[in-house]
Amino acid sequence: MRRTRTLPQVGPVEARLRVDRLGVHRGDRPILSDVTFSVAAGELLALVGPNGAGKSTLLGAICGDLPPADGDIEFAGRPLARWAPVELGRLRAVLPQRTTMSFPFTVGEVVAMGRAPWAGTRHAAEDDDAVDEALRLTGMRPFTGRVFSALSGGEQARAALARVLAQRTPMLLLDEPTAALDLHHQELVLTLARERTRQGGTVVVVLHDLGLAAAYADRIALLAGGRLVADGPPTEVLTADRLSAVYQHEIEVLPHPRTGVPLVVPVRPPG
Amino acid sequence: MRMRRTALLVGLGVTLVLLCLVAAGTGQVRVPPAEVLGSILHRVGLDVGPLPSAPHGESALWVVRFPRVVLAVVVGAALGCAGALMQGVFGNPLAEPGVIGVSAGAAVGAASVIVTGAAALGGWTVAAGAFLGGLAATGLVYSMSRAGGRTEVVTLVLTGIAVNAVAGALIGLLMFFGDTDAVRAIAFWQLGSLAQANWAAVGITAPCAAVGVGIAVATARRLDLLALGDRSAGHLGVRVERLRLRMIVVTALLGAAAVAFTGVISFVGLVVPHLVRMVAGPGHRLLLPASALGGAIVVVAGDLAARTLVDYQELPLGVLTAVVGGPCFFWLLRRTRARAGGWG
Repeated sequence: MRRTRTLPQVGPVEARLRVDRLGVHRGDRPILSDVTFSVAAGELLALVGPNGAGKSTLLGAICGDLPPADGDIEFAGRPLARWAPVELGRLRAVLPQRTTMSFPFTVGEVVAMGRAPWAGTRHAAEDDDAVDEALRLTGMRPFTGRVFSALSGGEQARAALARVLAQRTPMLLLDEPTAALDLHHQELVLTLARERTRQGGTVVVVLHDLGLAAAYADRIALLAGGRLVADGPPTEVLTADRLSAVYQHEIEVLPHPRTGVPLVVPVRPPG
Repeated sequence: MRMRRTALLVGLGVTLVLLCLVAAGTGQVRVPPAEVLGSILHRVGLDVGPLPSAPHGESALWVVRFPRVVLAVVVGAALGCAGALMQGVFGNPLAEPGVIGVSAGAAVGAASVIVTGAAALGGWTVAAGAFLGGLAATGLVYSMSRAGGRTEVVTLVLTGIAVNAVAGALIGLLMFFGDTDAVRAIAFWQLGSLAQANWAAVGITAPCAAVGVGIAVATARRLDLLALGDRSAGHLGVRVERLRLRMIVVTALLGAAAVAFTGVISFVGLVVPHLVRMVAGPGHRLLLPASALGGAIVVVAGDLAARTLVDYQELPLGVLTAVVGGPCFFWLLRRTRARAGGWG
């Protein structure tokens, strides 16, 4: 049963993830319709949009959790349905919005679970190294022996991220990785994600904080009402008019005085 | 970690062997542990150690005590392992083989045979009825809780409760229609006892238990991943639905084999994995074999107590395990609450 399988080789320009005219229903209700975009190796794509826009549904469909009603999803040119689960586990790692553990596993054990897809391959030799690196990068090394479910929300979020990093996959799919984190750790997580893309990885991340998306994403895909409203570099997608319309709240977008990165500020009533 | 794992398993194994030697020598014909060991060694061709000195000691050991102790080991191991397996598969510390209907189904099967007086397989008919009843009830629970190719854990547990309730009603009905002897036989079957143990029962139960424990231990790493939830386990390459079905089949096999010859022995499958988890942590690679050994220790010790606590009388084993197991479980509950805020 021991097999060695290498990852599919994908050129730097070829799309690693392609979503084509995707539609997803829950029951009879369409949640997403006609969503088309692609992400190349080395790119960080942020999925943004108001609550209920379909961001998590889109990520769920890409993960393979929700079957598409229409359209196609392809990884490295091969349709999602034709990947075996364990192959997908070696191609992409998924960080859910919340990780709950049903038994008192320690942080070290939880992070080591990320190595499961590599069991029986030559990459299993990297297990200890990968776990150690992930714990170091997320600052979770001092927590290695602590029980996961006894940690604070932010510590759990970082431990869950460490598990995903330890998986050492070319693709990362992150659903609101910064929601439970303080400012410093939010920056840390997105710096880690961008570091992955510098090494040729692909990252798709659902974010609520448009400022973070503007600062770290190569491209932003803006969803509203289950449709893709805009897809492009942050400066093109994040315009005051478009955001005000989509979020139904008056929003100002100012360039940062030093870096020029868009700063997104909701207009607040004075005093 | 590896050191600790080995130490725990060796410790439990040695405890079990010593306990078995004592248990086999205790009863109306007393045989000291050294003589018990001597008798075994002589049988396997090693002329070492003393032979039983008591009159009929040798035959008491080999005809009555050994099959009983070995069956206790097998049944205990099956129950302990099945409990740990169910808790892992459902990610729920309250799960035990009873949840998927094994015990209730087996009781209905056994009671049907007792009342109808069916004897197609002679003395084996009750055991066969219990075994088939256990498997059938599990199959029923699983197929009824499946929808759209998936089983929701909560649906499965609630379906189990419904099937358990119907099984309870069926047993009541069978007792209503049965004569006095049948009622008595059903009542005793549900109290659990190893008094019917013989080598043939061991010969049927042991292979089922060995296969079940073996498959469970081989699947241990994937069971750990289920603690992350079905979705995350799936993202790591586990075919969750297939794994769950396979583990339910294994549990049904272990559970049905365990109760077939002995009746219902409660709380072993629920409490033993909890105690083991406190010492060994939740990782299934250690939890499953350690729970099997722990379950064996509990049932051997329980049976020893059941047949020696009262002179010339045998207490029902299931009653004993419940009397000890119930308060023990309550204590675990309070302790977990105090430590980690409960099980959520």
